[in-house]
Amino acid sequence: MTDQPSGTDAGRLELDDLRRKLDRERGQELWRSLDELAGSAEFEELIHREFPREAASWPEGVDRRRFLQLAGASMALGGLTACTKQPLEKIVPYVDQPENLIPGQPVHFATSFVHGGYALPILAESHMGRPTKVEGNAEHPAGTGATDLFAQASILGLYDPDRSQVVRELGRIRTWEGFFAQTQKAIRALGSLGGARLRILTGTVTSPTLGAMIRRVLEQHPRARWHQYEAAGRHTARAGAQAAFGQAVETRYDLSNAEIVVALDADFLTDGPGHLTCARDFARLRRIRDGKRSMNRLYSVESTPTLTGTLADHRLPVRGVEVAAVAAALASRLGVAGAGGAAEPGEGRGAWLDVAAADLRSHAGRSAVIAGEHASAEVHTLCHAINEALNNVGSTVFHAPSVEVEPVDQLASITELTEDMKAGEVDLLLILGGNPVFDAPTDLGFTEAMLNVGRRIRLSLYEDETSEYCQWHLPEAHFLESWGDARTHDGTVSMIQPLIEPLYGGRTATEVLSSLTEAGPMPGYELVRDHWRNSSGDGGFDKRWRRWLHDGFVEGSAPAGAPVTVVPEAVAGAVAEASAGGPELELIFRPDPTVWDGRYANNGWLQECPKPLTKLTWDNAALISPALAARLGITNEQRVELTSDGRTLETAAWIQPGLPDNSITLHLGYGRRRAGKVAEGTGFDAYALRTSQAPWLATGVALAPLEGSYQLASTQLHSNIELEGREAEKRHLVRTGTLDEYLEHPEFVAHMGHKPTSDQTLYPPFEYEGYAWGLAVDLGSCTGCNACVIACQSENNIPIVGKDQVARGREMHWIRIDRYYQNSVDDPEVHHQPVMCMHCEQAPCEVVCPVAATVHSDEGLNDMVYNRCVGTRYCANNCPYKVRRFNFLLYNDFETPVLKMMRNPDVSVRSRGVMEKCSYCVQRINHVRIESRKERRQIRDGEIRTACQQVCPTEAIVFGDVNDPESEVSRWKAEQLNYGILEELNTKPRTTYLAKLTNPNPGADRAGSKAHGDGGDDHGSDHVG
Amino acid sequence: MSVDDRALPVKPQIIAPGHTSATVSDHIGEIVFRKTPRWWYFGFAVSLALVMLLLMALTKLIVNGTGIWGLNNPVGWGFAIINFVWWIGIGHAGTLISAILLLLRQEWRTSINRFAEAMTLFAVACAGLYPLIHVGRPWLAYWLLPYPNTMGMWPQFRSPLVWDVFAVSTYASVSLLFWYVGLIPDLATLRDRSRSMLKQKIYGILAMGWRGSAAHWHNYETAYLLLAGLATPLVISVHTVVSFDFAVGQIPGWHATIFPPYFVAGAIFAGFAMVLTLTIPLRAIFKLQDFITTRHIENMCKVMLATGLIVAYGYLIEIFMAWYSGHWYEKFMILNRITGPYKYHWWALILCNILAVQALWFRKVRASAIGAFIVAMFVNVGMWLERFVIVVTSLHRDFLPSSWGMYSGTFWDWATFIGSIGLFLALLFLFLRFLPMISIFEMRTILPKTEEKG
Repeated sequence: MTDQPSGTDAGRLELDDLRRKLDRERGQELWRSLDELAGSAEFEELIHREFPREAASWPEGVDRRRFLQLAGASMALGGLTACTKQPLEKIVPYVDQPENLIPGQPVHFATSFVHGGYALPILAESHMGRPTKVEGNAEHPAGTGATDLFAQASILGLYDPDRSQVVRELGRIRTWEGFFAQTQKAIRALGSLGGARLRILTGTVTSPTLGAMIRRVLEQHPRARWHQYEAAGRHTARAGAQAAFGQAVETRYDLSNAEIVVALDADFLTDGPGHLTCARDFARLRRIRDGKRSMNRLYSVESTPTLTGTLADHRLPVRGVEVAAVAAALASRLGVAGAGGAAEPGEGRGAWLDVAAADLRSHAGRSAVIAGEHASAEVHTLCHAINEALNNVGSTVFHAPSVEVEPVDQLASITELTEDMKAGEVDLLLILGGNPVFDAPTDLGFTEAMLNVGRRIRLSLYEDETSEYCQWHLPEAHFLESWGDARTHDGTVSMIQPLIEPLYGGRTATEVLSSLTEAGPMPGYELVRDHWRNSSGDGGFDKRWRRWLHDGFVEGSAPAGAPVTVVPEAVAGAVAEASAGGPELELIFRPDPTVWDGRYANNGWLQECPKPLTKLTWDNAALISPALAARLGITNEQRVELTSDGRTLETAAWIQPGLPDNSITLHLGYGRRRAGKVAEGTGFDAYALRTSQAPWLATGVALAPLEGSYQLASTQLHSNIELEGREAEKRHLVRTGTLDEYLEHPEFVAHMGHKPTSDQTLYPPFEYEGYAWGLAVDLGSCTGCNACVIACQSENNIPIVGKDQVARGREMHWIRIDRYYQNSVDDPEVHHQPVMCMHCEQAPCEVVCPVAATVHSDEGLNDMVYNRCVGTRYCANNCPYKVRRFNFLLYNDFETPVLKMMRNPDVSVRSRGVMEKCSYCVQRINHVRIESRKERRQIRDGEIRTACQQVCPTEAIVFGDVNDPESEVSRWKAEQLNYGILEELNTKPRTTYLAKLTNPNPGADRAGSKAHGDGGDDHGSDHVG
Repeated sequence: MSVDDRALPVKPQIIAPGHTSATVSDHIGEIVFRKTPRWWYFGFAVSLALVMLLLMALTKLIVNGTGIWGLNNPVGWGFAIINFVWWIGIGHAGTLISAILLLLRQEWRTSINRFAEAMTLFAVACAGLYPLIHVGRPWLAYWLLPYPNTMGMWPQFRSPLVWDVFAVSTYASVSLLFWYVGLIPDLATLRDRSRSMLKQKIYGILAMGWRGSAAHWHNYETAYLLLAGLATPLVISVHTVVSFDFAVGQIPGWHATIFPPYFVAGAIFAGFAMVLTLTIPLRAIFKLQDFITTRHIENMCKVMLATGLIVAYGYLIEIFMAWYSGHWYEKFMILNRITGPYKYHWWALILCNILAVQALWFRKVRASAIGAFIVAMFVNVGMWLERFVIVVTSLHRDFLPSSWGMYSGTFWDWATFIGSIGLFLALLFLFLRFLPMISIFEMRTILPKTEEKG
């Protein structure tokens, strides 16, 4: 056996690749692939290398000799796959049907989705033993009933056919037993020297069971060490708390009574472990409904446009290097001890901060200052001090001991590991999850250092870049296949229970680690259960255990708050550190809004989900401000070269309005070299520029335009941002106003448009008796987070189409979030508008369909009959809202068996040549209807929730019966803020919007007031003739 | 020429002097019977090659789906519909010339009607192909027909696409019938003049036993007149219905009451342009200047000029209405056409369809075959651009700016388009080779009276 990484032997690697490729295929497909392979140029090249001596003498064309060689090689290749374990596909009829399992009736199980170590409580929907959908667990103390897009997309992650499926040693397939035996033998051999020089590398760990298991391993191996590294982890939050309080503290915000919120480079509505709770509470205070007439106010200082910033009443774009100085100036204005000496943050900003500070002061105890996940440690320290000075701690801001098993400075941790490996002090490296070869800070030289380690073992969902450099690769179990636990941001332990037997024989980190203990490998169920039995006592354990599993969490497991106070010297230190920085170009790193740190790169739903602001899919890009673009003469999609600290990266440029000048934002997670069919060839590897010293912000960067361009696929036209914004404003698509305007003229929204009266038709009106379904969207609380987009994709079996098709404008999402920039491109107002089918009462699509494939139901649904559709696309042309989606090609995967398990059995899988669109989740309506009929009653309000509504973190979507005046949707629609888009066309849309209200400080002169401006003037001139 | 003749203003002849019944029959019939010229083989081969391209494009389409074209989300219709409307427009001249001009007793139509009718048929065949193949599932396109079925479903009669099915199929069948009925006496002539047994048989069958008796002629005249009466409203109706495909939709740029007349005028405009495009070279090749005289060319140019002006009026009214309606979407649509990303298409359209046609005010241009040919080519391109502008620029930026997109044809779009031109030409070549391209018996009737006396 050789310790060389498989990557060094090019010839064998090729064969391995081939074999891997073949492994993925099955049955007939395999042979088809072989045929294809035999004819391909790569294959010829491979043969060439396999038979180098003969190779040179091969004449042109096929002679006898070459034919035999090809035939022989084909047979050899056939043999390669023969040793692959074929999946057992058992058909098991129920002899005795399990109790409570009714075919067609989904069952929900409470479990937890883990992202960056933190749990998100969810309910997983299971159809006949197949998890098909994820929803939020509202009964969980830290749950809101909502989820984010990552949790929604985890279903596709589970069934991903590219997941690693076998245990491998140097590319050869092994068994788990073989691995355990070998590893134990090796450990025993190393143990004779007083314990193996073992290193365990994990991401952030909050799981009590895994934590206990790691500790057990460490106890048994005194020379072992545990390192943690999460590429997009909370490094600065940890450091800031450490500096402020002298200990690791978990800070949680309760925005349910925070009337003033100041965000310092914080995207607290869509990023960070507690963002779902923050988003819900923030939005509740923002809604004007049922007589409530006040709103909270949000000030946002940000170095790169965030979704939180798009909702801000006052937004201050500053460069990344200036955020700390702004925070210090704010602290100084609020009289924070130790912040007195803070410098003024530059012209124009003093006034802005004065306004914010005055507001904060007058709302002491009812405000919150939030530091961003990726803001510097100084900003975190200063925020802690400000909140303390404002008496917010205990009312809106809560400190508790860290939920991590062992909070460490992860950048230091991985640096230390790298040093140790370089020094040859590591015998055995166990990498559980993560992907350090891809995402470790580039200055460390992690990969080269790792090659010094004798035995490298890797557990992960995919055979990725790191697996390539490890001798052993072990397939990891997906969380939906696993037993486990993890803590939510408030510290509550959430249970993880499997919904399905591991599809590819994966195991969890805890299970793998158990093999290093004396007890030997144990099943996850035993491990988790034993851990909790030991820690909670035997008495009545079974009952408790059942309740935990049922509820999804361990009651009362959240740690009590930590009474911490800010060390005054820390503030002075942070103020001293907070220099305004030089004017040179800076580079801001952020985790990608859809593929995060790269871990979701092979998830097609997330790849195709348009990034909230850029609307880019399948790629990242160097985001530059319009001013910088103009100065350097760079256009969208132009190739550019970024240089930071001597390292260069060739990438493509994308102009992002609202970015501060001289600041570039680059998202992490792209440029994966080995990740799977979906991820390959997407984007640019930002990690190539990211160092341990500057994980989120690099200064002194150079940007050079290059020749040529790189196609980026955006779902909203990029060349016409200004025109789009102008036109959207003219057409009153997104209606906005300030709270004061609304209070003064509550009818201003109606005046912006022209709603035809109901008698403006030649036909008698249709009476909707019984139910009449309708939907309302509150634009004031939509953050544009995309959770609804992915939820809809998952619920309705919506296919992905790939970058090329997106670039052609053929994405299939049934709900899209329209993004409009208005006013200046340098500091625009940004509006999000979720658009799904309007279910027009007078639907333009219906009259033009020649085969009656789209028809109206007596409950007002615009139904699409896929089987009847011949695909004239007339309906899509005539739809003014452009919500219809056409299967131009065969987008749905009808071949891959595992993906069939993923699909919602209640929704047809559409084939080529058929139109589709939002159905208001008609399958959910019918499901509830059947239940209500069985019980001989009316459907209750709120009983039907569409997928987009259920997932929405800010409760911005409401669905229900508009015939019932008491239903929530009716009450929303009765608000004066309610309007329909393009109502003047007399389509009578059932989907309506509630205008976006902002609450700018009346004391502020400018500060980004989002007045509805020309609304009153335009009224009248834009009426339909 | 007599002195008297010179005193009168010279009226261009519709048939050159010196022809008798025999010379007419000889000259036109001879084209069918003489040895196939070399250029015919060449032309036919090129056309067939293009037909092969069409077949390849169609195979690719059926196998992969409409995604091989440039269609996308805002722009759900593209080349297929553009080409459909373009071809069906071209297919207007034939019936107009045959039916309406017959009813209006415009004798000059005689030398060009047969040819124009054939062209109509072939153009309609090309046009008919597109609605069939542009749908997502062409194998189910028959669901647009009302036929009894187990699904208990009828087409949705409010949809203009269903009206299209009726309009186009009626037009195609009446045009075919009209053309064929018109051919019968000539088929009999060919039967009688054929020397080979096979040809006699084939032409004989096609001639349906025509013997030229008085009763035959009487029935023939009645039938032909009735068909002309039947075809006349169709000329108007078919393109009116085609225009409904757009006018019934509510997209700015489509939803306009001007569309029916403006489409019909556009169709006649396009049809005459195509007749000119084809007759001018054929006249030269087959030396038919005696039968298709300068007067014919001039008359067709005049029709083109008149309809071209109606089309120009349509464009102007669209712009006027956009302003007059006070409807922002309409205004934006027009501004976008004129100044948006497809502005070059729009300006090229104005050049081809309005400016170029103004040359026809000059008799010199009308009377010169080359001048007329050049203008006709402009119109052919212009009318295609017109449909491009209507279909694409209306769809690509409609109501919601978030959904705007761009459209351009792919290789397969062009392959299908050029392939259909190949199909048209191939059919035309076959027609030229095997049927008299000018109505022999009708030409005899317009011979100068003196000839008959003599």
